[in-house]
Amino acid sequence: MATRSDAPAPATRNQTTYETPNDRELVITRTFDAPRSLVWAAFTDPKHVPNWHTGPDGFTMPVCEIDLRPGGKWRYVWRNPQGQEFGASGTYKEVDPPKRTVNVTTSQGGDELTITTTFSEEEGRTTVKVSQRFATQAIRDQGMKFARMGTDSSYVKLDAYLVSRS
Amino acid sequence: MPTDSLSRTFAALADPTRRAILAKLASGECTVGELARPFAMSGPAVSKHLKVLERAGLVARGRDAQWRPVRLRAAPIKKVAEWALDYRQFWDASYARLDDYLTQLMSEEHHGNAK
Repeated sequence: MATRSDAPAPATRNQTTYETPNDRELVITRTFDAPRSLVWAAFTDPKHVPNWHTGPDGFTMPVCEIDLRPGGKWRYVWRNPQGQEFGASGTYKEVDPPKRTVNVTTSQGGDELTITTTFSEEEGRTTVKVSQRFATQAIRDQGMKFARMGTDSSYVKLDAYLVSRS
Repeated sequence: MPTDSLSRTFAALADPTRRAILAKLASGECTVGELARPFAMSGPAVSKHLKVLERAGLVARGRDAQWRPVRLRAAPIKKVAEWALDYRQFWDASYARLDDYLTQLMSEEHHGNAK
């Protein structure tokens, strides 16, 4: 159902940024060239989510359940090309269409994680901010070390080393 | 997912001095003295960091040589790099697909057959 190869890819994609505005948060920001109502639907309607929220090619999302109301639950299950499945689930705390959702889930380490997603529209383009607030800085840093990899020179050197070894 | 060994690796990597030690070791094995020099640290201070790295399986110490040279062990870092890359790749790939999906939805809407 998802289209990929047919449509010509935009020459330059909008960039996804990964930021740590304070010691407990990780914010992922991305702008889409579409109106907010549509982006909101793509993020919150189980009819749409499995068509894009599947990561690298070859992954699928066999389960996508969304009960979009405060107190409602959501549950996603992904399947990788090797057939292994991994899932995530949570509970909506706030639902304010088409502007904002807040939900609480559990991080890989078993700690509570609050995810606030905001949708803002400007001139027909929509910016989505996914803010993940972890229980402590240590838990966040475990979860998002990746965000620094591109800039931390130690990691860059290690990357080069790993490449030379593989 | 093997979160426990990953957690140990992350904890060891959380310190910038330890990352710098690993980066130095990436160019070859060193003695504790050689490691201490660029960081203006005492031998014992470096040894403390090395213990953390050793417990996480990120470095190994030579047994036979008199100076017990320190060597980088790449496997756990590689695991982190793979895991980390996966996570970021997951968002990047999903959002790239969403670009195309939104384009498709808009053209369906335009042609009046969207739900």
